[in-house]
Amino acid sequence: MNTVAESRLKHAGSLSKNPRLARWLRVHRDGTVSVYSGKVEIGQGILTALAQIAAEELEIAPTRIRMVAADTDASPDEGVTSGSLSIQDSGAALRRACAQARTLLLERAAERLAVSTADLRVEDGAVQARGRSTSFWECADDALFDCEVDETAVLKSPRQYRVVGKSAQRLDLPDKVAGRPRFIQDMAPPGMLYGRVVRPAYSFSALASLDDGKVKATPGVVAVVRDGGFVGVIAEREEVAISAQGVLRRAASWKDADPLPQDVHAWLKEHAVEHRVISEKADAVAQSQGTKTIEASYTKSYISHAPIGPSCAIAQFQGDKLLVWSHSQGIFNLRRDLAMALGMREDAIVVRHAEGSGCYGHNGADDVALDAALLARAAGGRPVQVQWMRDDEFAWAPCGPAMALTLRASLATDGSIVNWQHELWSNGHSGRPGRSDNPALVAAWHLARPFTRPTAVNMPLPAGAADRNAVPLYDFPNQRVVNHYVREMPVRTSALRSLGAYANVFAIECFMDELAEATGSDPVEYRLRHLKDPRASAVIESVARRANWRDWTPGEGRGHGIAFAKYKNLGAYCAVVAEVEVEHEVRVKRLLLAVDVGLIINPDGVINQIEGGAIQSTSWTLKEQAKLDARGITSLGWEDYPILKFSEVPAVEVELISRPELPSVGAGEAAQGPTGAAIANAVAHALGLRVRDLPLTPERVIAAIERR
Amino acid sequence: MADPVRLSVNGVERAVAADPDTPLLYALRNDLGLKGTRFGCGSGQCGACFVLIDGHAVPSCDTPLWSAAGKKITTVEGLGEDGNLHPLQRAFLAEQAAQCGYCTSGILVRAAMLLSANPRPTEAEVRAALDRNLCRCGSHNRMVRAVLRAAAEMKP
Repeated sequence: MNTVAESRLKHAGSLSKNPRLARWLRVHRDGTVSVYSGKVEIGQGILTALAQIAAEELEIAPTRIRMVAADTDASPDEGVTSGSLSIQDSGAALRRACAQARTLLLERAAERLAVSTADLRVEDGAVQARGRSTSFWECADDALFDCEVDETAVLKSPRQYRVVGKSAQRLDLPDKVAGRPRFIQDMAPPGMLYGRVVRPAYSFSALASLDDGKVKATPGVVAVVRDGGFVGVIAEREEVAISAQGVLRRAASWKDADPLPQDVHAWLKEHAVEHRVISEKADAVAQSQGTKTIEASYTKSYISHAPIGPSCAIAQFQGDKLLVWSHSQGIFNLRRDLAMALGMREDAIVVRHAEGSGCYGHNGADDVALDAALLARAAGGRPVQVQWMRDDEFAWAPCGPAMALTLRASLATDGSIVNWQHELWSNGHSGRPGRSDNPALVAAWHLARPFTRPTAVNMPLPAGAADRNAVPLYDFPNQRVVNHYVREMPVRTSALRSLGAYANVFAIECFMDELAEATGSDPVEYRLRHLKDPRASAVIESVARRANWRDWTPGEGRGHGIAFAKYKNLGAYCAVVAEVEVEHEVRVKRLLLAVDVGLIINPDGVINQIEGGAIQSTSWTLKEQAKLDARGITSLGWEDYPILKFSEVPAVEVELISRPELPSVGAGEAAQGPTGAAIANAVAHALGLRVRDLPLTPERVIAAIERR
Repeated sequence: MADPVRLSVNGVERAVAADPDTPLLYALRNDLGLKGTRFGCGSGQCGACFVLIDGHAVPSCDTPLWSAAGKKITTVEGLGEDGNLHPLQRAFLAEQAAQCGYCTSGILVRAAMLLSANPRPTEAEVRAALDRNLCRCGSHNRMVRAVLRAAAEMKP
């Protein structure tokens, strides 16, 4: 295993794209340090953890660190804040940049004091030697960091850490708890106008007709903007823009697009166009020991992102330049697609990140930025803020894709699995901006000169996308995993927290329980028996011990279940035990989790992310599916798209297994798959029968009971 | 434009020059600069825009200005003040009871109403009281602990 102390990786994290030291930090005369990360705060607390890393290597108080919101003019380009990679990408880069910055500052200080660096006494940036003193704040200037990051610089050993590894309070929460303006929705640059876009709640091929005369004549309406099928309105007051949006929606008629399939999972299986074998292992001797074959099929519906605050952006033209504030996960990619859609040069656009409502993947953040830019063209240089309404978000943001899965296994007489087959059918899980010849932004597809809507694709393994975590971590002698890719995309799909891992882990871990049951094995023992990775076994054993697994007594309608995954087969290890009560409705009473993320930067931050992931996954698993009819998504509000309520949230108990000698991996998505599977296994335990289709709604539970 | 609507917000008399049918939310945010109350759904189903009107938590997104006139409105900004936060706000920080924080204001407002009526709620009572507030990040349990912590701290 590669340890932190040994890691002398060429181009750590995001340094290969951003090798200049000055890109990462600036030390100021007032005793503060600006730290520039290309990763953005999306409610996960990343800026707090990155500030800890910077403070640790600089050996200064964390309160001196100012995390600068990402900006295409000033920040390193670190791609997209996604995939639980920010600690690996930005953390690793900042660690080296700050270590080197400290070395340079000490050398400069020694020069000033005419001593050797070994003679310096340093405390929180204050430097003393032989009765004289200086400081980092005096020594720093712009020229000092005008060099490449030295990737061989010596880093602190984790044993010396004083800031990293200790829980830090989130930097952004004091504002949010006091109700101070903090979100992009709260910004109001001088002269700002309010915009809304006018779309039907379903896919359309064209705008058939629209009489906008009445709205144009409404006091306070600044302009109705039309470009082909793109329609928007800007007004002096927000409520006027919203009313105008309603009037225009009712006045417009739209030509329908092709109807949507009714049985999505059957449709997926009929429309797959690529059939990729992503993992294959063969052992004829083991294969011949198989005496019994078992097969099961599972499904997952489309899931909506459903942030509490709908997506929002502000755009302003300043002469030929466009300034955009966005809560996008990838401001550089957004800038690229905005340039394409608007026919502008990229260097004429600046995108600045501003915090939005919680983000769990590719939601409407990027789309609404183009909406705002198109409306800002008609605003005479004034900034325009556009916030989507609740139904805009449900109707137009991408969904996490529906998936169908079939698993098959051969068992030897001793119960061991000698052959494992996993097939999945899905659309692509990434339709993000920055990756296609056409803008991945809704409005671009509706302009008078429209762009083609890009098709969602999958990133390559080992991280994968639809096939993320489809290759089991268990050790089977024969194995075949096939990803059936569906290109045609009736419902717009893209990345939702953990991508395909949620459904793949659900299927794998449910199937492991089905096989354990078929062989009369204990689910914990059965997993351990097929695992070779000691870190995997450790989280399973630990959570089973805490849950009192072997001595737990089920009662009438009570069950427990376990599940495990190593996220992406590259990241965090997470094992979950779920305890449920089932009558017609599933009530998750308690979730216990054990997690190994290697070196932990901010323990409470990791726990918060794991708790949140587990609760969100509980909501997905029990309740969530975007409802469809032939025209489009019909779940356009909370009454049609219920999520878990306070009184339904289980107790969640998280244990972190600390591995300070091992590299840090992200925590944000680790709980999604195993939580869903553990709940399904607990439901099967409680009922004595299995529901294989997500979500585990009362209708499905009742139907399963009636089939019994 | 009709006469300005007179509002009492966080103990201060304010006049808002807007149509009396304007939802209170937009007057608070855009006319009075009180951005802590946030838009979530526009139909009173998520709680992000809760404010107290005469002590009751109501969704400001579908409360017209005229109906709030002459009543006592308290927003999240009125629960405490800089340097003297409400015990609920202190407890939310102590418990780090948020992730994105977008729903936080509405939850604080609803919890403040609960503690006025029931200073020593059980955990189940806290959860029941917050059932009309949605949180998507999964910070529920931390928020419940924070409300119980605040209740303990406020105990006479």
